[in-house]
Amino acid sequence: MNKTLLIIQREYLSRVKNKRFLLTTLLMPILIVVLIAGITFLSIKGKDEHKIAVIDNNGFFKENLKNANEVLFEFPEGVDTSNYLKKGYTDIILIPKFDGTEKTNYLIRSKKRISIITESIIAEKINAAIEDKMLQNAGIDKLQLDSIHNQSQFAELKAVEENESGGNTKESNAALSYGIGFGSGMLIYITMFIYGAMVMRGVTEEKTNRIAEVMVSSVKPFQLMSGKIIGIGAVGLTQFLMWIILIIGLSAVAQAFIPHDVMEQVKNLQQANGQLPGGSAMKAGDAAQQIYKVQHTISTANWPLIIGLFIFYFLGGYLFYAALFAAVGSVVSDDPQDAQSLMLPITMPIVFSFIIMTNAVQDPSTPMAVWASIIPFSSPMVMMARIAYGIPGTVPYWQLAASMLSLVGGLVFTTWLSGKIYRTGILMYGKKVNWKEMGKWLMRKN
Amino acid sequence: MSTILALQNLKKYYATQKAVDDISFSINQGSIFGLLGPNGAGKTTLLRMITGIFYPDSGHIQFDGKTFDPSNDIVKIGYMPEERGLYKKMKIGEQALYLAQLKGLSRSDAMAKIKFWFHRLEMESWWNKKVEDLSKGMSQKLQFVITVLHEPKLIILDEPFSGLDPLNASLIKDEIYGLAQRGSTIIFSTHRMEQVEEICDHIVLMNLGQKVLDGTVADIKQQFKENKFGIRLSEVPANLNSPFFDIADQKANVLTVRIKDGYRSNDVLQYFLQQNLNIESFNEILPSLNEIFINLVEGTKATTRAFQPVND
Repeated sequence: MNKTLLIIQREYLSRVKNKRFLLTTLLMPILIVVLIAGITFLSIKGKDEHKIAVIDNNGFFKENLKNANEVLFEFPEGVDTSNYLKKGYTDIILIPKFDGTEKTNYLIRSKKRISIITESIIAEKINAAIEDKMLQNAGIDKLQLDSIHNQSQFAELKAVEENESGGNTKESNAALSYGIGFGSGMLIYITMFIYGAMVMRGVTEEKTNRIAEVMVSSVKPFQLMSGKIIGIGAVGLTQFLMWIILIIGLSAVAQAFIPHDVMEQVKNLQQANGQLPGGSAMKAGDAAQQIYKVQHTISTANWPLIIGLFIFYFLGGYLFYAALFAAVGSVVSDDPQDAQSLMLPITMPIVFSFIIMTNAVQDPSTPMAVWASIIPFSSPMVMMARIAYGIPGTVPYWQLAASMLSLVGGLVFTTWLSGKIYRTGILMYGKKVNWKEMGKWLMRKN
Repeated sequence: MSTILALQNLKKYYATQKAVDDISFSINQGSIFGLLGPNGAGKTTLLRMITGIFYPDSGHIQFDGKTFDPSNDIVKIGYMPEERGLYKKMKIGEQALYLAQLKGLSRSDAMAKIKFWFHRLEMESWWNKKVEDLSKGMSQKLQFVITVLHEPKLIILDEPFSGLDPLNASLIKDEIYGLAQRGSTIIFSTHRMEQVEEICDHIVLMNLGQKVLDGTVADIKQQFKENKFGIRLSEVPANLNSPFFDIADQKANVLTVRIKDGYRSNDVLQYFLQQNLNIESFNEILPSLNEIFINLVEGTKATTRAFQPVND
């Protein structure tokens, strides 16, 4: 045991002390933030804007046609199909005389092709304008109509889930659950590959360096393998810990930039559970409302449970696959192409699990999602996707227990299996090993 | 002298061949023992069983008076495999410290011993270097130090001199003698027969997984001598014909004769004296281990035995 500890220590320190570790640990979150910001920026910036000239033969569109985000309607004089481009319009709409009894066609001309989304926005706006006009014809005046429109914006769907004990219900938020589920599933997917490959490379390096033979004359091959796996797993945990500290630190720094009075308002909102009595609701500014909303949404998730289970599934999934990666690392020699083909049976289930995870995060209760979250090959990712939707609502306790037990059982099995292959593979040189050969090693006693 | 290691009927069979097939011998404490054999004879498999890396299929290993127990006895053994290996990116000092601790030394103990050996072999300035910066001979020296650092009772060296220049080779050779004098037993595996003749007290020759020879170097040479003598005469007569011997070879005025069965060297001398020939020198020619080795191994399919490297 003491020797295993020494090996763990070396594997851990030699990686953590490395400058590259510190660099990737710090740069990774920055890279992710930059990536997300970049995508968001491009998707906002990248939308094509339409300034549309409307030639209306009815006369009522001017009051009733509302602009959308990227679609701007104008009713200029002296613009027609021959000169709208020169006058600075991207498109022109011709609406014929319309009596309200029969369907009519209107025509849009443009130089650039209109996207399917823009097309539906324009159609929706024009129909809404016609609808409004009809309502006005039926006797509702413009002011009434506007106030109705404004009020309807205030309705928001609030989902609650049943608590097992009955009585209290809990607020839930599908978007947040999706985010957490997808995020943690993705994180496990990435780290499984990064750390799995790290284990594999480490083992192959020891073998090709021929240090393996020196080592196994001091320690048991199993100690060498498990020391490496645990040491690298500890590196992974350290990295997560640093990321969590980084996120907490960064959000604390970000809060320092929010003006003091806004923070006060947020605090008031928190105390009043989102609704300030009477007139004081007006005091909470837009910014405070936004911050409150974000904070409130985040607080609806059961973070200690999610983080606890995340660590369990990260470690479980890592140990399950790392042992297999170690076994592959022990049989490959100098040819990296060998490693590729031998790795395939390991990487395939990981990739499949990821695909199932992306489905489970949208619909966490399908039989596929349930089974994949119990089978240890895919459970780390898929179960994390489902857990965010709530325990024991979406994931009953028995499923969680079955999933955790089968993962522990599974990793004990893969470690045992890999230990047998590793023991022989690590001292085997110059021979190309196939799966049949490895099967023989499994059957061999000692 | 007490026995440090005794092997009884050791066997290790693989699917395709018998790597070690019923081997027994014993080694005295403090001796330098040579384990010889062509490639694929089963030496490495045998050594791996002695170092606890492999378990024998059957047979018994007695180590230091007790049945060999790999998990405890492993710290009393130092093994330098033929294919050297060290962590390339690790600093030399840290590496030695790590490997010594894995052999059961405490950190401070290991530190003191490393300092002693690094000083002794003039390696002190290497402490913060990485293995990848060392020359082949230098890393060989480091590997030797790491093998003997924990003062093992049994030291197993597989081709310890390959890659060393003559100066460093003799340095290591002296250390090997020193270790043996201080009570360590050394098993020395090699193909280089001239080194074996020089260093080893006792040898075992393996071929095709079996023991072919076992004894001291002097005994074995006696056993395989062909009654050959070298005689230098001041003048060699044109036709020599004697009932006592055949002439095996003649180079200028040096004759190599093989004495026929039933006669002694004195008979040969007498013959030359009677011929009134001037004898300048007369000496027995013993076969070199190399010749014995080749004689025994040749024609035994040793080279055609298809060996997987792991069984080597």
